Amino acid sequence: MDAAEQSAKTTKKLGIGEYLVRHMREYGLLFALIAIMLFFQVVTNGTLLKPVNVTNLLLQNSYIIIMALGMLIVIVAGHIDLSVGSVMGFVGALAAVMIVEYDQSTGVTIVTCLVAGGLIGAAQGYWIAYWSIPSFIVTLAGMLVFRGLSLWLLEGQSLGPFPREFQMISNGFVPDIVPQSVSDAVAGLLGVKRINVLSLATGIIAAFLITWMGLKAREQNRAHGIELEPSAFFYARIGITSLALIFIFYKLSTFRGLPNVLLTMGVLTIIYAFFTERTVTGRRIYALGGNEKAAKLSGVKTERLTFLAFANMGVLAAAAGMVFAARLNSATPKAGFALELDVIAAVFIGGASMSGGVGRIVGAVVGAFLMGVLNNGMSILGIGIDYQQVIKGLVLLAAVIFDVYNKSKQT
Amino acid sequence: MDALLEMRAITKEFPGVKALDTVNLAVQKGEIHAICGENGAGKSTLMKVLSGVYPAGTYDGEIHYDGALAEFDDISGSEARGIIIIHQELALVPLLSIAENLFLGNERAKGGIIDWRDTNRRTEALLRKVGLSEPPSAIVDKLGVGKQQLVEIAKALSKEVRLLILDEPTAALSESDSQALLDLMLELKEQGVTQIIISHKLNEVRRVADTVTVIRDGATVSTMNAAKGEITEDRIVNDMVGRDMADRYPKRDRKAGDMLLEIKDWNVWHPIHTERQMIKDVNLAVRAGEVVGIAGLMGAGRTELAMSVFGKSYGRNISGVVEMQGKPVDVSTVSKAIGAGLAYVTEDRKSLGLVLDETIQRNITLSNLPEVSRNAILNEGRETQVAEQYRKTLNIRTPSVFQRVMNLSGGNQQKVVLSKWLFAEPEVLILDEPTRGIDVGAKFEIYGIINDLSKQGKGVVMISSEMPELLGMCDRIYVMNEGAFVGELSADDASQERIMSLIVTE
Repeated sequence: MDAAEQSAKTTKKLGIGEYLVRHMREYGLLFALIAIMLFFQVVTNGTLLKPVNVTNLLLQNSYIIIMALGMLIVIVAGHIDLSVGSVMGFVGALAAVMIVEYDQSTGVTIVTCLVAGGLIGAAQGYWIAYWSIPSFIVTLAGMLVFRGLSLWLLEGQSLGPFPREFQMISNGFVPDIVPQSVSDAVAGLLGVKRINVLSLATGIIAAFLITWMGLKAREQNRAHGIELEPSAFFYARIGITSLALIFIFYKLSTFRGLPNVLLTMGVLTIIYAFFTERTVTGRRIYALGGNEKAAKLSGVKTERLTFLAFANMGVLAAAAGMVFAARLNSATPKAGFALELDVIAAVFIGGASMSGGVGRIVGAVVGAFLMGVLNNGMSILGIGIDYQQVIKGLVLLAAVIFDVYNKSKQT
Repeated sequence: MDALLEMRAITKEFPGVKALDTVNLAVQKGEIHAICGENGAGKSTLMKVLSGVYPAGTYDGEIHYDGALAEFDDISGSEARGIIIIHQELALVPLLSIAENLFLGNERAKGGIIDWRDTNRRTEALLRKVGLSEPPSAIVDKLGVGKQQLVEIAKALSKEVRLLILDEPTAALSESDSQALLDLMLELKEQGVTQIIISHKLNEVRRVADTVTVIRDGATVSTMNAAKGEITEDRIVNDMVGRDMADRYPKRDRKAGDMLLEIKDWNVWHPIHTERQMIKDVNLAVRAGEVVGIAGLMGAGRTELAMSVFGKSYGRNISGVVEMQGKPVDVSTVSKAIGAGLAYVTEDRKSLGLVLDETIQRNITLSNLPEVSRNAILNEGRETQVAEQYRKTLNIRTPSVFQRVMNLSGGNQQKVVLSKWLFAEPEVLILDEPTRGIDVGAKFEIYGIINDLSKQGKGVVMISSEMPELLGMCDRIYVMNEGAFVGELSADDASQERIMSLIVTE
């Protein structure tokens, strides 16, 4: 018997219960998100999933998700970045100064800001990677420095407004390319007043793509004898994800369509998920976080990877800073304050390990959404900021305890 | 003599596995009792049952200790009765002093305030007992492994030990440190401390043990008595592996081909204490198909030599030339060294060789990811094929290549590290203690792999603290002492005595 077949055979013997226990973390996160959404949908009398609120939910969390992508890589590499909130605020301020005070074009501003973010990240990464100074300390310093610099840039004042072009980064929607007559026909068919067919189509296509990729991956796993997810779980997971996608895009299409930010976020998420899971560099980052010395002795350029992880984080923080400023239509000295904690929390809720080497992009994104739904739901209910903080803190703790408990049960 | 400890028909089951099957063990008062067995034979499990890590009730059978039935609920229960285990991985706090470590959890204190004078006085007395001349305030981290081992024993003595269990005590020690430790064991025996030693080093077992119990596959196979002249290495090995092992080192045709690796005038200084020269004018040559050994005591600089050559991973102010097939090569980074055709298999597989949390497959491909990718995008199907191929050829025992290496035994972990370096397709492999801490069967397999490499025309440099292994495997042996090569012996001329005399006379 072929070895692959043999291992496929042994893995097939796994019961559903055993599989669930082993992959509790991944399913737990998905279940938790669904449960929390259902809960708030009921207690807010359906406000949570109204088209306008779904749009809001995405816009409100976009900058957290964008930064969570970079933070996941930093944390997988075995580090932490405390400066992202400040860097984000600083870049927002830089954008405002460039546009409002110096009349620069939106294009020039965006490019300059991304480069500035990259340089800031690289400067911090330099000390961490090549001088072995703990990232906690370097980025703590960075947090103070860039908080101070954004105060200095803005002279303590809010600066705005931005031209329409710049605002579109956050508040714009992708125009519907489908002819009006078709839209009207679809709207009539679905019994709604108006509909953005492009948005709906995107949702359906995304759902198909996810299903198709899931099936293909499953086929490959079967061929290579990788442990298979029980089919009931597989189809349930794919089904729920696809339906949820179509549902959300449908909601969006009955409001104003696809937000520009969602497009940016979606594309970035796909790129980073692919990068971490399928590329040589991505794999090396996991090895670096799992055992830096062993990775180094295997020819991995650990210093360079660490450096790049922070430079990349800087670029993403800059992107998030512009999204945030565009959304508020002004740069304020308070922008991004304490936001690094939300980003880090999202990554840990998403299953990353504090000691490095473990974590997934999808987990970080779902973790960020989970926090976002909590925020949004509690705000709709009119729960005070005091209780909100307490509840978010407890959710983070619970997620990590769940992790540790799971791990101890497995060994 | 009567028995201090009798374990009767101990059976311990884990889900799906019977780790121990009616094991019997009788340890007489005042003797040194050796337990031998391959890794995974059940030695550690047996000791965990004894010390209460697996509390009474979770196993079948009875433990009689000091004439009465003993049922320990946890480690403190067995420690209170004077049963103390010193594990392979030392349990000292590196940044605390010797005195602080000795009395950790057992502080000499009044009302919560530590009496340092009493602590230091007692520490000095204990250190004298184990023959360690270090001040009580010395930081443990700064001591060598050998001295740390002695601190562990002193710690056991501070607890009024009656039954001392040493799990692989000399695995990380040099020849001379090992001898000192064995002497200490014999001295403690004189003082009436009963001891159990678990060891793979059969010459040591033969030297100190009064009785040997061999365990195989969770069952007692045999018990031998020194007084009756029953203990021989061959007998132990046969019982351990359950088959005759006519030759512990597989045969190979010895023929050296063209020159592969030459290291010339290699000098290295200590990375922190820059005035200390660690490697002095070393010249080394390896031909195709040759297995070259480096013998020496712990601290002779063998690992430092290997790591400084492999991508300058150790030391500073490195000078000298490395040539492959007659041409100078750049080995200034690990990836350049790999590119030049070198591979270094570390002595410390857990902290330097493996990413323990990752799967076997991902560990194997790590050193040569471009080989399993196209345009920097990984081909996981190809990765699995590669991993499966090494699993088969190196006989890595695992249900699948998607197992995390953390869950493998030492021998299988070592095979994963070897697979990783074979996959990098080097011309010369530097193997640093390739058989440390792995069982006899796996050792034999590793020797076979080394011979295969030699047959394929690769060059092998083998660093080992076990002289019989070097003598059995190598074509040529360099003898290293205090950073310099002090001699070179061909296989025919080499013997343990000659190697030792080269080290000592220098």
